[in-house]
Formats: sequence, C-alpha cells, structure tokens
Amino acid sequence: MPVNSSRTTRLLVIGGGPGGYVAAIRAAQLGIATTLVEGEAPGGTCLNIGCIPSKALIHAAEAYDTVARAASSSSADSPLGIRASAPSIDLHRTQAWKEGVVSKLTGGVAALLRKAGVQYIQGWATVVDGKTVDVVGPGDGAATTRVHCEHLLLATGSEPIELPQLPFGDTVISSTGALALTEVPAQFVVVGAGYIGLELGMAWRKLGSEVTIVDVADRILPGYDEELGRPVLAALKRMGIVVHLGCTAEGMTEARDGLRVRSRKADEFVLPADRVLVAAGRRPRTAGLESLQLDMAGRAVKVDSSCRTSMRNVWAIGDLTGEPMLAHRAMAQGEVVAECIAGHKRSFAPLAIAAVCFTDPEVVAVGLTQEQANQSGIETVSASFPFAANGRALTMEGGEGFVRVVARHDNHRVLGWQAVGTGVSELAAAFSYAIEMGAQLEDVGAIIHAHPTLGEAVQESALRALGRAIHV
Amino acid sequence: MGQYAIKMPDIGEGIAEVELVLWRVKPGDTVTEDQALIDVMTDKATVEIPSPVSGTVLSLGAEAGAVMAVGAELIRLEVAGEGNVREAAAGVPAAARASAGAAASSTSAASSASAASTARPKSAPPAVPTPQAATSAFDDAPPAQAPRHDRPPVTAPVAMRAPGEKPFASPAVRQRAWDLGIDLQFVHGSGPAGRITQQDLDVYLVSARQPREAQARQAGYAQRHGEEAIPLIGLRRKIAQKMQEAKRRIPHFSYVEEIDVTEIEALRAKLNEGYGAQRGKLTLLPLLARAVVIAVRDFPQMNARFDDDAGVVVRHQPVHLGIATQTDAGLLVPVVRHAEALDPWSFAKEIARLAEACRGGKATRDELSGSTLTISSLGPLGGIATTPVINHPEVAIIGVNRIVERPVFRGANVEARKLMNLSSSFDHRVIDGMDAARFIQAIRALLETPALLFVE
Repeated sequence: MPVNSSRTTRLLVIGGGPGGYVAAIRAAQLGIATTLVEGEAPGGTCLNIGCIPSKALIHAAEAYDTVARAASSSSADSPLGIRASAPSIDLHRTQAWKEGVVSKLTGGVAALLRKAGVQYIQGWATVVDGKTVDVVGPGDGAATTRVHCEHLLLATGSEPIELPQLPFGDTVISSTGALALTEVPAQFVVVGAGYIGLELGMAWRKLGSEVTIVDVADRILPGYDEELGRPVLAALKRMGIVVHLGCTAEGMTEARDGLRVRSRKADEFVLPADRVLVAAGRRPRTAGLESLQLDMAGRAVKVDSSCRTSMRNVWAIGDLTGEPMLAHRAMAQGEVVAECIAGHKRSFAPLAIAAVCFTDPEVVAVGLTQEQANQSGIETVSASFPFAANGRALTMEGGEGFVRVVARHDNHRVLGWQAVGTGVSELAAAFSYAIEMGAQLEDVGAIIHAHPTLGEAVQESALRALGRAIHV
Repeated sequence: MGQYAIKMPDIGEGIAEVELVLWRVKPGDTVTEDQALIDVMTDKATVEIPSPVSGTVLSLGAEAGAVMAVGAELIRLEVAGEGNVREAAAGVPAAARASAGAAASSTSAASSASAASTARPKSAPPAVPTPQAATSAFDDAPPAQAPRHDRPPVTAPVAMRAPGEKPFASPAVRQRAWDLGIDLQFVHGSGPAGRITQQDLDVYLVSARQPREAQARQAGYAQRHGEEAIPLIGLRRKIAQKMQEAKRRIPHFSYVEEIDVTEIEALRAKLNEGYGAQRGKLTLLPLLARAVVIAVRDFPQMNARFDDDAGVVVRHQPVHLGIATQTDAGLLVPVVRHAEALDPWSFAKEIARLAEACRGGKATRDELSGSTLTISSLGPLGGIATTPVINHPEVAIIGVNRIVERPVFRGANVEARKLMNLSSSFDHRVIDGMDAARFIQAIRALLETPALLFVE
C-alpha cells in the first residue's frame, strides 16, 4: 500500500465511539497530542446505530401507540377518557426526525473534539505495528496516511453477530437495519430475546407490526434475574407479541417469506416474515488488529485493570474488551486510559456498572443480585417495594413492577439494586450513587425522597429491608 | 429433647489418639446431619469428622490443640427425641449448657470434666497455649482483652478487616489514594460499615508516611522487648516428634558425592523435546528414582526398615519411595508405591498427583505412609550439601542438591559440566560406611552413563 503522507502524534485512538471520543477529549484536556481515527461518523455504534436512534424510535413508537390505543378503545373503557381517531404514521418523517437527533449529537461530538484540540482523521485504520497505523479513506482509491504514535488506544467496538443460517441481506436484518426501516413490516420476526431484540420488537409492535420473538433459551432477558423479566413477559403477552422460547431459527424458507423454526420437541414450523431481525448478541470487532497478536480473552482483547493490553503502550477499551458491552463502561475506561497516559495512576475499578433495558416496562440492574452476593459468600438482606404502592407510578398508569435492594447482612451496606417498571431507567443514577458511596440501608431510608416521584420506591425498599416500610 | 454424645470415632489403622485441629462448630450452634464438626489430625493426615445426627451443640469435649483418645467424648448435642445419654449421666454437660452462651470460653470447663479427653497429662486445662494466650505472652503487655492496636498511640489504627474483605471507599477517595500512591488495603476505615474516608487517608498520611523514614531509622536500631510463644500444634508437632525420634534412635552418618549430570541432563532435554508433548515433561527426579531402584537390586540392605525394639531388619522386595515434599503446613512425605514397576513418565505423573494431593490437604493416610526408602530434594534451593534426617524406621535417605555448571578438567581440556551433589544419610547401626559409599557410587555410575538406566 503506497503511503501518501505521514504524521506523528502522542496518542492515536482508533474508533470514535463513546469510549474513543471520551478518551481523546480527556487526553487532549490533559495536554496530550491526540489523533482520533474514525471510519464512519463520530459517536460510533451508540450514537449512530445503537442507543440513541433506538431510544428515538422507541419514543416515536410510544407516542404513536398512545394515540392508537385511545383510538381503538371505546370511550367507555378508555381509562383516561381520551377519544381519538385512528392515527397514521409517515415513517419517512419519523426517520428524518431520528436522524436529526443523531446528527445533532454526532455534530456535537465533532465540535467537542475540535474544541479540545483533537486531530480527527476520517478513514479506516489498519494497524501496522504497535506504534504505526495506516489510515485509508474515505472513499475508493483514497490516499493512505501513515500515523506514528507513542500510545495506541484500540476502541474499535463491536458488531452484531451474524448467524450462519441467517446471513444478513434483503429480509434478514441486524439492529442497524431494524432502526432504518421506512415502512412498517407486516410480519416482523425477531431472533433473540435479549434486550436488543425485545426493545426493537416492542417498538415495531407499537408501530403496528405483527411481532414474533424466537429464542433458543428458556427465558427472556438472560442477563437479568427471572423476577425482573416477569413483568416484561406479561407486557409482551398483553401487547400481542408471540414469544417462542426453546426454539432455534433454522433459516429462511425458499420463497424467503418465512422463518423456519425448530422447537425443542423437534417439530418444525414456519413463521411468516417480511423482516427478520437477528439480535443474537454482539462480538468484539478485532479485524485489522491481527498484526499486533495481542493476548485475547475469548473473542475480546485481554486488558488489565488499567486497560493495558499485552503489548506495551497499546491500550484497549469498550466492547473490544468484552462484556459488559455498554457505552458508559467504555467512556469510563476511556478516561482511565487518558489519565494513565498523562502519568496518573488509575484503575478501572467500579463497584457497579448499571445495565438498563428500554423495554416497556423498563428494567435496571446495578451491582449484585442476592444470588450473586450469596455465591461469593456474602450474607445479604433484600427487600422489594412494588410500584402498585407508589403514587407517582399510579398517576402514570405504571403500577406494575418493583424496586429491589440487596445489602450486606452484617453492616447493611448496599450491594445491588434491581428495578422493573415504567420510567425506572432514570433511577439508575440513584442506584449507582448508593453503591459507589457505600450507603447503608439506614442512609437510603433516612434520606428524604421527593414526593410524588418513583424515587420514593427506592427509599421504601431500603426501609422494607430494615423491616419498617411505611407504605406497604 | 435428649442429649446425644458423639465419641471420637476410630479413624482406622490402629490409631489410638488424634489431635483436635480446628473446631467447625461452637456451643449453641445448630448442626445438621453430615455437617463437619471438627478437623482432626492423625499421623500426618487431616480428617473431617461429620455429625451423625442433627441437633444443637451443648458442649465440646476439648479445645483445639488437645489430643484425644479414640472413644472419648468429642462433642455433646441436644437432639430432638431421645438421645443416647441417660439423664443421670447427663449431669456434667448440663453445667456446660448453662455457660454455652459464653461460647468458646465455656469449653475448658467441659474439657476438664470429660475425663477421657485428657489422654495426656499435658492436655490438662491450658496445656497447649491457645492463640489468645499467645498474644498475652508479650512482656509487660496489657491484659489480653485490650485490642493490640491501642498500644502504640502514635500510629494510625491498623486496618482491621476480615480475611478476604476488600477495603471500601467512595470513588473520590479511591482516586486520591491512587494519586498519593496509597494502597487502601492498609488504611483503616473509620466510616460507617468500615468505609475509608478522606480523614482516614489524612491520618494514614501523617502517621504512616511522613515520619516513616525517621521511624524506620530508629526502628532499625531500637531495643526490642517481648517474646511470642507459638504453640506447636497439628502437623508441626508431628514433624517435631518424628524428627526427634529419628535423631534419638538412629546414629546417622552422611556421605556426599559429586555427580556429573551433564549427560543425563542432555538426555532429559532430548526426551522432553521428543516426548514432552505426549507424555509430559520429566524432571531429574524420576530418572534419579530409576537409578535408585536399579542400585537397590545390588544393595537390598538399603531398601529396608529396622525394627530396633525387636532387633530385626526387614528387607523389602518392592521399592516404595518416599518423596519429601514441602507444603504450606510443613513437610510431608508422600509415597510412590512400587517405584520399581514405574517407567520415568509414570513415576513423574504419580509424583505430580501426590504433590497436588498433599498441597491441597487431600492426601490419604495410605499415600503418606509405608515408604521403604526416601528421597529428599529442595530443588533449586538444594544447596551444596545437606545432612538429611532418616525417615524412621527406614535405614537410608538420599538428599539431592542443586545442579551447578562448573569448569572441569576432562583430559587436557577444561569443559563446562553440570555437577550435582547427592547428600545421603545412613543408619550406622545396620549399614557400614563402605556399603553406603558403594551404593552411592552405583547410583553415580547409572546417572553419569544414563544409557545404563534403560538396560535390563
């Protein structure tokens, strides 16, 4: 590959997702000459084809569904007494609005990078060695820039796993495709009952698709405990989404108008489908890094507690380093790496990383469950508080779900929180605070939580664990 | 409700008494059937004794460290239904029950009361110092109840955490500790639930950091007072007894010879290169063991046990090789049975298996007894020469020293050769110096011309 130009930088970040751009901004703040390479738009999966557009779509679907439900029920049984005529949706407009949100954010990231003084190169990186990277692009026959660096930070993220029997293309789509549809599919089949499959399945159901979800596992949301999944499963049923658990997707029918599914009892059936979303998980994107021959942990790049790889001055963060593949984890790791390079001693050592699932109802888990704590030999107390006894939840028609706290038995220090219910994603901050600051049940119980808010359920669950809840 | 007395069970092979190592329960605890009550130690093997019934612990037969005869009352439980102790006989532990709430301290009353537990005179009440007594043995130390960290008022409180407990601090404190280069593990947490606060860091800095150099300079030359009594219990005591017995009974003499291991080391490297992948890597030990096995054919008096009370030397056909092994708890001698029937790779596998079992504390009694000849090796720490103590009632022990590369005259040339000493001890009552020397020379000949190891 002919090299057209070359440049030198102290830190080179490959990947402009949440991990990469945060690391680059923080490094530049600390006075480190920093260059960021990104093949597509800044913001990575999260801003462009992940968290942000999916939440925008979920919001639009929710708004549409609210009107649609009002329209479908007669005034007698519409609980809020709202009457509406059947809505219609112009998905092109919806998509344009969603893209507007995305470009506002990605434009914001680009501006932040500029403001911090980060050199931004658009193009695809190929690692030559631990101190040299070739960047090609954008476009065909584009020039190649060779970048020499002192520190190399790999933040290449992850990509959807493709199933061999269901290669992506035409009707078979990944989450990226499912976010970009401009027509509501009549028959939408989702393979994978994890959080991505459920979030998008629910969104398209609300927009009018017939949705069916297939998973080989015996339960939905395998990352969360079973009790948390129960209200979600009930909501799926209520919404008319059919869930086939313990079933394997075998491939498309020859006419490519249906998904062949085999149940555990070995009978095969066909689910009619004009779109099949494969949401079978994500895998670290390691293409282009082979020349480094880094130590791996499975498919992920192995890193130590400061995100160092097995090669000196080569660092890795985010989805590339494996589970949990969460943007906020990548961001925190990015800051750790930037500060380490600036000469500070830092570790990526959080007590808890919140995991949020934007289904309807939403699910949050932070820290340890009672089972996990007990497995590591810690005696615990745990209690939950139902939203059925929370005023704010009832005023939002969100009386299902609960908040659950897990604390040490001996000193009542809070170890974990789990919650499911309408709008509980915003409780993640309170949950993380309590854990990272080492709050005891007595602390949470004694703090005044504003009324009427969902946060009261946080306080009440702690009080209940102490045996003195007021409202239950 | 009835009382159920559990007697020290017979754990096999003519064992008359065992040492109580670690109680797993205390008075007042609820136990379920098959729950482990106590770890006891026999001749070098530790055994867990499970409860045959469910119930509540009333009293313990003796404290940890005591030696108890088989058949003596180990523990007394209160069980649902009828127990196995009649009311009249139950008088003694009834007193113990009264004090059961006072946990461990009540056990001394119970132990002096159950007569059979005092199998030895020295296990009368506090014969073996308990750990608590050990701390109070400091000269001019405050009473044992006073926490130790109260004594030096100048230093920060010692971080007191249960083993395995991680230090806890808020994110800002963690970050400041990183900046200051402080390992939170050593910082006392004064906050709620043992949380380390910013103030704790300040205190640690002032007390531990700044005056540290001054303190260190003084401490190096400061007069020191006090002493610490460390009770010899468990495996350590067994080792002490065994060593004392061997040295008291056996007039040892030691013989050290230098072996040129250049050839056998080259052979070993070749074998490992060619067969290491399929058969596992060989150390020198299996090859040495083979040499010993072959040499013993001509020197059967070395593979023997001397019953000095009866005045009989028993020569053994099989070679059960004891291999002295260091573990966390102390020295153990696992036994490779029928070493004469094992090729070097099988021998290596057996050694690895036994060493693993010993280190994990899982070795059975059979695996730790019955050797007829012992090899002792400290590996790279083998030194130049050692004077190994014979594993009584055996009559010889072969000690392996470290391999060093040294210049050696070979004809007119000086060559680098790998040399290793064998330091061996013999029972002079039954083995003459000349025989011992010939035996070691036979081993030397085999090791220096390794092809002979494979000639049958």
